[in-house]
Amino acid sequence: MTMTESAASHTATREPILSARNLVKTFGRVVGLDGVSLDLYPGEVLAVIGDNGAGKSTLIKCLTGAEVPDSGELFVSGQPVHFKRPQDARVHGIETVYQNLAVSPALDVASNLFLGREERVPGPLGKLFRVLDTKGMRRKAKDELTRLGISTLQDVTVPVENLSGGQRQAVAVARAAAFGSKVVVLDEPTAALGVRESNQVLQLVRDLRDRGLPVILISHNMPHVFDVADRIHIQRLGKCAATITPQSHNMTDAVAIMTGAATA
Amino acid sequence: MTQQQTAGPPSAGHADLAEEFLDRQTPLSRIRNILHRYPALSPALVLLIAVVVFGLLNDRFLRVENLSLITQQVSVVGTLAIAQTLIILTAGIDLSVGAVMILSSMVVAQLAVNNGLPAPVALFAGLVVGLAAGAVNGFLVTRFRLPPFIVTLGTLNIFIALTLLYSNGATVRGSAMPGLLTWTGTTFPVGGVRISTGVVVMLLLYIAIAFILGKTAWGRHVYAVGDDKEAARLAGIAVNKVLMSVYLAAGAVLAIGAWIQIGRTNAASPNAGVDLNLDSITAVVIGGTSLFGGRGSVWGTLLGALIVGVFRNGLSLAGLDVLYQTLAVGVLIILAVSIDQWIRKVKS
Repeated sequence: MTMTESAASHTATREPILSARNLVKTFGRVVGLDGVSLDLYPGEVLAVIGDNGAGKSTLIKCLTGAEVPDSGELFVSGQPVHFKRPQDARVHGIETVYQNLAVSPALDVASNLFLGREERVPGPLGKLFRVLDTKGMRRKAKDELTRLGISTLQDVTVPVENLSGGQRQAVAVARAAAFGSKVVVLDEPTAALGVRESNQVLQLVRDLRDRGLPVILISHNMPHVFDVADRIHIQRLGKCAATITPQSHNMTDAVAIMTGAATA
Repeated sequence: MTQQQTAGPPSAGHADLAEEFLDRQTPLSRIRNILHRYPALSPALVLLIAVVVFGLLNDRFLRVENLSLITQQVSVVGTLAIAQTLIILTAGIDLSVGAVMILSSMVVAQLAVNNGLPAPVALFAGLVVGLAAGAVNGFLVTRFRLPPFIVTLGTLNIFIALTLLYSNGATVRGSAMPGLLTWTGTTFPVGGVRISTGVVVMLLLYIAIAFILGKTAWGRHVYAVGDDKEAARLAGIAVNKVLMSVYLAAGAVLAIGAWIQIGRTNAASPNAGVDLNLDSITAVVIGGTSLFGGRGSVWGTLLGALIVGVFRNGLSLAGLDVLYQTLAVGVLIILAVSIDQWIRKVKS
């Protein structure tokens, strides 16, 4: 599986799974991204922070295919790629968990995990009558949750609306992390959550990382960022102001760099 | 920026996670959870109670002839309600179902009687009319992003006008039609009960649509689109394609409804079925399908249609004026929607 491979390569080679070079994106006369580069290595949590308007969202949108950069290059595992739509990024294993979660509340956990990529039963029943393999999908959903170490979702037949906020976030993250994806992008995953639920999600991020799946985490919450991130990419005025680590800098430093009061 | 400047919060222990599953439930919330999980359960209970009560009120009610009559009375609205369910599941509403059905039935009858086309060709033309009407509704909803309520309010009037223009307001009597057109009105005995072909056709439609909604990816996508359009889109579902196909499917169902209507009334009348629109919505709502989309089933709708039929029939057998039937249906609707709202509050 790709997971174990990337986990193994974590220490051996340091080839980035996803890298961006000199991304430029303008909106009319407004410069959203002014030549931003970024590398994401296997098995790391890379946090992207920045003030409003720093180009955080634009950067993420360019990485996930929601926006097309004016210039610059993107590489997935060293191969140049061009994303025109989110679907293109998904094909290359880059899955995004949007801030508004994008789960269907009335559908159960398994249906949500397989939404848009349902599997049919083998044989004529599936081919001719397009019958879904509900049992198979539930089984696979369970396996996938176990593999991802998501213990908060025991019953995959529960409708998502019956779950707590943290559990819903877990469903969204599981959908992004499941089925051989290479990179998970989380946009403000703890924004709407309470303390305990936030902790569950942060634990989930750590678990994904420990399984070798690299995570890009966009967050405003400094304690959360410093809690889980291995490296922190700080956006400021459309540029990457610095890439720091929680070891090299503290939160005050990060805020200072973010606001331009200091340089790394 | 947050005010908590403490370092990373402690990671969640496993005892914490396990606690999530210890739901603090009251008996009432448990009932609500069950109803939430099985949306057809509450209409089934209502139907059962209604049948028992009306059976006790009047011993003619439970006679097989009467029960057979109820099913026949329900067959047209029950079929329209299938189309209505499909649309409402996508968080839409179709005010034009009755008008589409009447238009389709007039085209079928006129082509067969006045233009002398063979009955299968006329029926096929009726199907085309249904599909075309669905395509118009679907096109306006998906391309112009107009609310389905407004779109179908407009097309309701357009289709009524087209029907009257096309038919010159004249009714085509069943006796003039080829046998195939009124075939849905014929009955056959099953163990002493007379079952009409139209009822069988309606039931087959229910089975087919229930199967498609429950067992296929398309069905799941219909629910997902109605549940949360944006989430469905982000999951890679072609939302507009799904919506369009739903309106087309509804159109096809309505064309079959037109055939059942011709058999049931033994005529095709441009003035029939004005109240069928609202009755179909009533059946869907009483059947537990949520007007907000994404929740419900056609089996609930069948129960809803039967409940309306049972109430009307039972109240009239009990000797109550037709006004009280209408009153009862109105109360039922409000009760059903209240229950739906209550069930929706299920999340803890």
